[in-house]
This record gives sequence, C-alpha cells and structure tokens, in this order.
Amino acid sequence: MLRIKGGRVYDPANGIDGQIKDICIRDGRIVESVESATEIDATGMIVFPGGVDVHTHVAGGAINFARAMTPEDHRRAQAFVRSQSRRSGLGGFAPTTFATGYLYAGMGWTTVNEAAVPVLSARHTHEELSDVPIVDKSCLVLMANNEIVLDLLEEGEYEQAKNVVAWYINAAKAYGVKAVNAGGVAAWKWGHDAKQLSSSIAGYHKLTPADIISQLARIVDELGLPHPLHLHCNNLGAPGNVKTTLETMQLLEGRRAHIAHMQYHAYGGDDWHSMRSESVQLADYFNSHPNLTTDAGAVLFGDTVTITADGPWQYLLYKLTGRKWGNLDVENETGCGIVPYTYKPSNLVNAVQWAVGLELLLLIDDPWRVYLTTDHPNGACFWRYPEIIRLLMSADFRQECMRSLPARIKGRIELPELNREYSLGEIAIISSAGPARALGLTNKGSLGIGCDGDVVIYNRSDDVAQMFGHPRYVIKGGEIIIDDGEIRGAPQGREFLVQPSFDPQTEEYLRPRFEDCYTMSFENYPVEMHRIEQPEIHQCRQNA
Amino acid sequence: MIHLRLKRLPSVPLEAEVLTPDVLRDLGHREICGLTVYHGKRQLRLDEFFEIEGEKSEHLHLEGDMHKLRWVGRSMTSGSIRITGNIGMHLGSQMRGGVIEVDGDAGDWLGAEMRSGTIRVHGSAGGQVGAAYRGSPTGMRNGFIHVGGQAGMEVGMRMRRGTIVVGGSVRDFAGLQMKGGTIVLLGGGEIRSGAWMTRGTIISLEPLQLMPTFRSAGILDSPFLAVLARFLAVYGIELPSCASLGHYLRYTGDAAAGGQGELLLWHVSASAS
Repeated sequence: MLRIKGGRVYDPANGIDGQIKDICIRDGRIVESVESATEIDATGMIVFPGGVDVHTHVAGGAINFARAMTPEDHRRAQAFVRSQSRRSGLGGFAPTTFATGYLYAGMGWTTVNEAAVPVLSARHTHEELSDVPIVDKSCLVLMANNEIVLDLLEEGEYEQAKNVVAWYINAAKAYGVKAVNAGGVAAWKWGHDAKQLSSSIAGYHKLTPADIISQLARIVDELGLPHPLHLHCNNLGAPGNVKTTLETMQLLEGRRAHIAHMQYHAYGGDDWHSMRSESVQLADYFNSHPNLTTDAGAVLFGDTVTITADGPWQYLLYKLTGRKWGNLDVENETGCGIVPYTYKPSNLVNAVQWAVGLELLLLIDDPWRVYLTTDHPNGACFWRYPEIIRLLMSADFRQECMRSLPARIKGRIELPELNREYSLGEIAIISSAGPARALGLTNKGSLGIGCDGDVVIYNRSDDVAQMFGHPRYVIKGGEIIIDDGEIRGAPQGREFLVQPSFDPQTEEYLRPRFEDCYTMSFENYPVEMHRIEQPEIHQCRQNA
Repeated sequence: MIHLRLKRLPSVPLEAEVLTPDVLRDLGHREICGLTVYHGKRQLRLDEFFEIEGEKSEHLHLEGDMHKLRWVGRSMTSGSIRITGNIGMHLGSQMRGGVIEVDGDAGDWLGAEMRSGTIRVHGSAGGQVGAAYRGSPTGMRNGFIHVGGQAGMEVGMRMRRGTIVVGGSVRDFAGLQMKGGTIVLLGGGEIRSGAWMTRGTIISLEPLQLMPTFRSAGILDSPFLAVLARFLAVYGIELPSCASLGHYLRYTGDAAAGGQGELLLWHVSASAS
C-alpha cells in the first residue's frame, strides 16, 4: 500500500489539471484511500500517470538485426552493469532487452506497444518482450503485405480474409493490426514499390493499396479490436507524399484508424531539393476528422538506426546515404530493412523533418489525438523524449534551435510562426492519457479509481528536459521501481493481447497454403500461450 | 620518465588502457602502482605486473614481453610511450597526439581510428593497422604510422586521412574501403589491395596483383610524390621519386565503388636497371 501525498497531480483522463491531491494505491491499483501505507511526500512535486508509448520498436527480428548491425554504437552506449536488482545491458540506438525496460521505466514510461511484428517472428518478439522488464507490453501484427490475405482480397473473399486476419492475431498473440506500405513490400519482392494508391500491385491483377487499407480498416472495426488499424502510409519519407497521406485518410472516412509517425508522411515538393513541410495542410484535414488518431514520429538531430518493414524505402535510404544496409525477407508476410542514419541540422531534408514533427504536434488542436513518439529508433531513440517535451513547452527554445538550421530552410517550414507552448496537462495527454485511450487500455494513462498504479513523480524544475528525463520516483503497479535514479526493483510486466473469434474452418483453409510455401511446419507457426509471460486478454467488441 | 618493467607474464590478455601519458602525467608513484588493470575479468593493481620507477611524467618507458598487454596509449593526446619488447593489440587506438615508438612487434588494431600523432613500430604489426573498428564508418583520420616489418590484413581499412608506411609486405585487403589518406607499401602486398576504395592513394614499390575493377591511367605526373618523399625522408624512409630511376604507373579504382582512388605502382626504368 502506498500513499503519494501532497503532489500536484496531472490526470487529464479525469479532468485533473494540477490540483494538489493524494494518490493511493492498493494491490497494484489506484484506490480512494489506504490506511497505514508507505507514504511518499510529494509536496512541491508533479504527479503524472505512467507514460504510454503507442508506437515503438523494441523487440523482434528487425530491432535485433539493428543491434547486431551497429557494434560501433555499443562502445559509446550507456552500460548497465549487473547488480542485485538488474541485469546487464546496453543503451544506445537499439538498447538490449533488459536495458529497454530500465530506460523506459527510468523515464517514467510504463506501457509500450511494439508496432510491427510479422506472424513468422512473433515467437521471437514475445521471447524478447518477456525479457523487457517493468513495463507492460503489447504488439501489433503486420498484415498489409501478407500474401495469403492479399490473395483473398484480390479474389474478393472478404469474409474469409477477416477470418484469416483474426486467426493470425490469435496465432501471433497480438493486440492489434499494423499495415506498413500496403502492397509496397509485397511489390518489393518483384523489385517494385506501391506508390499509387489506386494502381494495381506488382504480382496482382486488380488489387490496389487502397483496397488493402480500406478492407483492413473494416476488418479491424468488425473484429472490434480495441486499437484501430495502425497504419504506416505508402510513400513514407518521399517528397510530395502529403498527397498520398491525404488520399489515405480520405479512404478511411467513417472508419477508425491510427496514422503512425505522421512526420514521415507530411512532405511537399517534387524532389529532395524542393522538399518542404506540408504539416498545415495535413493538420487541417486531421483536425476536422475525429475518426483518426496519430503519433508524431518526431525527429531529433543525431545518430540513430532506422528500421522498418518498409523494405523498398530502406533500399532507397541506403542508396542515398551509402551507409550500411540490412535487408530481411520474411517469407510470404513482409520485408524489413535496416540502415544506420545521422540526422544533421545542416542537412536541408533533415531540418525539414525535424520541424515537421514539432509542427504536427503544435498544429493538431486536440492533444487527445496526437501522441509523443519518435518511431523509435527511426526518428530518434525513445530515451530522448524529454528533449521533445522541452521543445514543445518552450517557443523560445525552439527559436534558439532554429538558428542552427540552414538559411535555405526559410519558407519551407511553418515552425517559426508557431508560438503555441504545451502545458504540463497537455504533455500528460500526449505522453500517457491519449495513447492509452487510442490503444483502448482503459486502466492505463489514468489515475482514476481502479486504474493501474503506474505513477511518475517529478521534481519540479525549470529545466524541462532534466525534469522529464530524471523522475524522482517511478511507481509501477504500486511498487516503487525508480527512486532518485536508482532501480529498486524490476518486476515482470504483463502482455496485453486480444483473441478475436474466427470460423473454426480457417485453420484447415490456411494449412495447405502454408505448407505449400513456408519453410517451417504449420504446427510450429502459432505462438503458444505458455510462451507469453503474464498474458492479459482484452475483450473485442465483436458485432459481426 | 616513468619506467615500467613487466615482472609477471599475464596468463590471459591484460587490458591496460590506464597506461597513457594522460593518466600518469600528474600521478605520484603510489597512485600509479595502485591503478587498475583487467587481467581477463579480474581487476588487479598495476604493480602486480610491473616494477615501476618514476612518477609525474608524460614520458613512459615499458619493457618486457608485453604481447598480451592491450590498449596501451588509448586516446592519448600528448607525451610519449617507448616500448622495448613486443606489445599486444590496440596500441595507440583512437590516439589524438603524442608519439609511440616500439622496439619490437605490435599486435592487431595498431593506431585503429587514430586522429593524430605518430606511431613507429620497428618490428612487425598485426592486421587492421589504422583501421576502423568493426561497424564504424571511419578509420584513421590523421597522423602517421610506420611499421618497419610486415603487417597483416586490412591495413588502413576505411581510413580517411593520414599516412601509413609498411616496410615489409602486407597481407590481403590493404586500403579496404579507404576514403582518403595514403598507404605506402614498400614491400608490396598480397591480394585485393584497394578493394572498395572510394578515394585515397596506395603506393607500392613492388608489383601488386590488381583487381579487375582498377583501370590503367597512365604514368603519374605530379609533384605529390616528391613532397611525400621529402616528408618520409625525415623518418629515414626512402621513397624513389627521381624520374631517371623509374616512374609510377597509375591505376584508378575501385570502379565497383565510385573509383576515385588510385594505386601507384613503382616501375623501374629499363635504363636504370
């Protein structure tokens, strides 16, 4: 039992914006009051619900490949030396599993959503997720380039496609569905990409990216998944891609959808030389369409490693940079590319990207629909979130940072005109309450009665980055995890998953197709429930 | 001068990155004796392995068979290290200034990723001299490395600037993926010299087996060689540059990687031989 006394509480889910209030926790959950509890004197401190990351890459084949590919980062990365309370590990671009848990928790984040898991590497992903301590986890399964699903959509077999998707979610022990560059990664296997939403995809006669996106969104809605379709739009990173992004959002009218890392999809111009921000246009559309949510995918200057299922984009990035390139083919399901990357303020394209991430966060009116992410590790590593918070909370600091941008940036970005400054309450929304709501995690991102006892307590400071980077206490499930920078405990987090129902015949439909083209046996394909550490099954609102 | 004489042969590699002028410069004798070295995974005192004389100096003299001693002179910025005997891997790694001289052989990764300074090894060196560490995009960025004897594989791998001179022959992949700087092979090299190089110069006084991605570009006619020869003469290294003795055949490549690097092969004039 724990009582947090006298802190200034920011709990936007319950309309609390900076009131002095006690928070009590019993058996891991927030309660009205407790007697004879351990007390934390939070007088003069700031109390937030634990952070929620709606889109990150922390486990599975791709990030593991990135770890292996970047030994140059390991020798300069933060080292975690094994002790009584923690395992050894390394921070850096692609932190090791245990370090990932320590770093997230150390910053006050207590829930993370791994955003891209092929069914085929779901087992690997869950094995790694169970080695990410402290935080609760969920993952999304990749569907928009799965050839069995695509074949069904091509043949107009919508109901069967829905069954198959539901079966895959069960098999992968996933929490939701992710679509990456719909059809583009399948086309990549023919040496092509899918740049036009309404053109047929290489290898198919009539199936288009638009079909895949709208039908997957419908499937996710009809299966009643708590999190809407999580969509990485086509043409990521390309100048002029705002057109594709707007078309995609139009396709989704009347459906729920989460547009991932919108920063990478908000560019105008015709080529790298004329690239500019189109965040105003995108934010205008987005503001008037409450069916959508998004996350920033913000960029910070510095070294990182980019990893995505978007294989063709990564090949292009490799050609542009001449850096290392790793390419994975995930049989009939998706692809994956890895390229280390350095965002430089002197580089015009990078400068535009940096500005666009912040612009979207500032131009989208409703903080409940735009969330703090960097698409870790693509735009920057997650442990740099406090730097973004500082940029959002201080227009002066943004102006100061803009001085290091090249002169040619003038007229290409909107950021110099934006004076909005985030309040602490709004930061609590974009980093916790909002993403929890988008994920349908009703017990997260809130300090309401009955919610999980995940609480962060900050020492109030004018140095915002320092304050958010080094919480005074982090409490997970009612247990004090971080006390003044020290890891006091590293309990195992839970894994959230959903089990949408499907026609029992689906498995017999899939088996021959699977055995025909995969390299493993069908029996070994689905992830067994006993491999999931502390599973927590969430209900679907199935109405079909 | 601080004098360190090895008194006990390490049974496993001994990691001694404390042995740099930067660390020892301001330390008294007692503090030096108590510095930590890693004998495998065990942390031991420096004086378990060395007899130590002198204090507070930026000039070090190491003596003994130290082929298992690693990381000496790591990131040093000034001063000197003189080594009498063989020395192990990573000598002068990431060094930024000062002088290292070895009367003996050195191990792999000699001067890896160094930024400035001078390293002279009178014996032979291992592989990856002045190279980039695995995964790192850039090797040696400046400075001078002279190996009197032979050297191993991947000499100057991904180097960007600076000069490496090897007196004896080198093994495969000299100048692998190099981006700039100069490698002088007085004794020639084995196969695939200059593979994947994008810029920079490899000079060989002995014939090299050229990769098919190098193109003949005639005879070098540039004052560069004379300037380089004068620079090397300071170190007692003789580089023929007199037209009456012969000329340098120039090859450009690696065409598989942009092809702006060059290989210069010394060709003795018929009249001179």
